[in-house]
Amino acid sequence: MKPATDTIRVLIRRGDAHSGRICVYRAPRRENQTVLDVVTWIQRELAPDLAYRFSCRVGMCGTCAMMVGGAPRWTCRTHVKTVLRRGQLELAPLRSLPIIKDLACDMSEFFAKWRRAEGRFHSSPERSGRAQPPVKILPSTPARREADAAIECINCAVCYSACDVVAWNRDYLGPAALNRAWSLQNDARDSAHARRLRAVSAGGGCQHCHSQHSCESFCPVGLSPARSIAGLKRALARGALGIRPHSPPHA
Amino acid sequence: MRPPQHPRTRALWLAFLLHRVSGILLALFLPLHFYLLGLALRDAEALDGYLALAAHPFLKIAEFGLVFLLAAHLCGGLRILAFEFLPWRNWQKGAAAAALALAFAFACGFLLRAF
Repeated sequence: MKPATDTIRVLIRRGDAHSGRICVYRAPRRENQTVLDVVTWIQRELAPDLAYRFSCRVGMCGTCAMMVGGAPRWTCRTHVKTVLRRGQLELAPLRSLPIIKDLACDMSEFFAKWRRAEGRFHSSPERSGRAQPPVKILPSTPARREADAAIECINCAVCYSACDVVAWNRDYLGPAALNRAWSLQNDARDSAHARRLRAVSAGGGCQHCHSQHSCESFCPVGLSPARSIAGLKRALARGALGIRPHSPPHA
Repeated sequence: MRPPQHPRTRALWLAFLLHRVSGILLALFLPLHFYLLGLALRDAEALDGYLALAAHPFLKIAEFGLVFLLAAHLCGGLRILAFEFLPWRNWQKGAAAAALALAFAFACGFLLRAF
């Protein structure tokens, strides 16, 4: 590794949910470094009590998400040179989630909403029980394509943090939970479609989305929760008009 | 990974903002609109006075703004209805730009007829 010739001014929001302060650090600037590299260097060399979260460091787990310069991002996949402004880097914990300490957030609320939106797969003895043969689902079916478009979510909460509606209305389920619900609505094996539609149309449900599309703009995987939410709204409108709910074909 | 723009400077967020702000401003204008319409029923002279005032170029420009707000709210609303009720398309930004261009064209058309 080449020795550092320059430094970066790093501003980090530290403290818990009740008392926060901006701490300024100087970290070495290198030709190739990610924001996570900088945070790790600061924790190892300057502030051993700095709390943050990471696991894989290669964009697989989604645990290292933070606000970088006011935008939610995976820090392990963000090169410092792309977000540095006048030699300065601003870091804060993810927006709209309770802060545990420094850059680490409490994700309980996020996953509670995921469950509230019926994000769990419900098997049924008739459709996908052990006694049944495997359900045949052709990749070319429209439902399978819709599910494909939503299925790669790893629940990093970047979309949740980017969404203004989540910030304004703490009851709103958020893009990730609704995206998950839409992928299951298009799963022919799942048996809880009606119950899930009720869950996503209850208080804080998909009708609160204002179509700002921040979720799809910031999703590091390139998914479009906005598309999934639009799908849920269409399914609900069909139900309200008495049109038979869309049932994904088995083959 | 390209750094995304700040959450509130993106085209579709601005389209959302324009739709909201135009709706609020139109709602604020409605009482004045109904007051002037009411004058037609009970005070024709006062109404004529206001109509003469409306011929002033400054008010024509203000009306251009009003027509733009109305057209922007209408086109923005149609865009959202299309986005939510028609099959998904990936050109959402293009639709927002088209709605804005159409609204501006409506307002310019009004201005051309006004003078």
